[in-house]
Amino acid sequence: MIIAEKKPIEEIIQEVKDFDRILILGCNECVTVCEAGGKKEVEVLASVLRMYFMAQGQEKTIGERTLERQCDHEYLEEIRNIIDDYDAVVSLACGVGVQFAAEKYLTTPLLPGVNTICLGANEDRGLWTERCQACGTCVLARTGGICPVSRCAKRVLNGPCGGSTNGKCEISKDTDCAWQLIIDRLKALDKMDDYEKVAPVKDWSTDRAGGPRTVTREDVKI
Amino acid sequence: MRLKIPTDFRIVRLPCTGKIDIIHILRAFEKGADGLYVVGCMEGDCHFNEGNFRARKRVEQAAEILDKIGVGGERVKMYNLSSGEGPLFAQYSIEMVNRIKELGPNPVKLAKQRMSKKADAA
Repeated sequence: MIIAEKKPIEEIIQEVKDFDRILILGCNECVTVCEAGGKKEVEVLASVLRMYFMAQGQEKTIGERTLERQCDHEYLEEIRNIIDDYDAVVSLACGVGVQFAAEKYLTTPLLPGVNTICLGANEDRGLWTERCQACGTCVLARTGGICPVSRCAKRVLNGPCGGSTNGKCEISKDTDCAWQLIIDRLKALDKMDDYEKVAPVKDWSTDRAGGPRTVTREDVKI
Repeated sequence: MRLKIPTDFRIVRLPCTGKIDIIHILRAFEKGADGLYVVGCMEGDCHFNEGNFRARKRVEQAAEILDKIGVGGERVKMYNLSSGEGPLFAQYSIEMVNRIKELGPNPVKLAKQRMSKKADAA
């Protein structure tokens, strides 16, 4: 899922201070699971903003709404009839949701309430870690299901590099060497022969290097 | 025991302190509470294993937020005691009421009162 982190309250206050009617718009998907922008976080942020501005002697209208998703037209349409009641929207969705809402409601400022971090997994309570960089050409079949693109600091495709020590990466003693993990996994799978095969030059045009990406599926288009 | 405790606070009963959410704490302040404290079971004695640990984390989060918006994080506190410690419950209530009296009223409540007075005058 997409992992996001709440923006500092001070930053959000700074962004919304000039607006009188503000809608806090949550998203029921990824940001709910990573506890950054779901219904609960919408309630908390709305309460915090109300209290802050009230203490400053300003009574602002702070609305709360959480959509099923902010990356789909039909759900974003649900706020069409209320969007004009607000001067600005703080979207707690990932960057995708903020942009999609901004594209739909041209005359309402859309402000992000979270920082979108990565595509990751919920490894433990309160711990989310990156697993994918959406490079567009998946190599996991050759690397024992462990991604060298997202988990190796250098994105080395024939590793490990010289910075790997005792299974850890030179960038931090807390970061596993992805290639150590790959080797361990290939050993467990009895597929070390795969490790000996030199990976060909990767097609990075499907990554960000090729510009913004689109997926067109004629088979599902109506 | 017939212990004397201050009359300045209201008790909200919960099935477990793990039930408390950060929004409950914030709403109390939004509605004008001057302080709030959560009394949970002793750490390690939670019937649901980690209810009181969850509560402590939420109290800490609320305190951090209240500090940032100028309400004051010292207005919230988490205490732990066992069900047999009535005198300690009384002591904590006195301690918390004194602490809140020292801090004075909730600035959000004061601002609300000022604004409604202004509105009445106008």
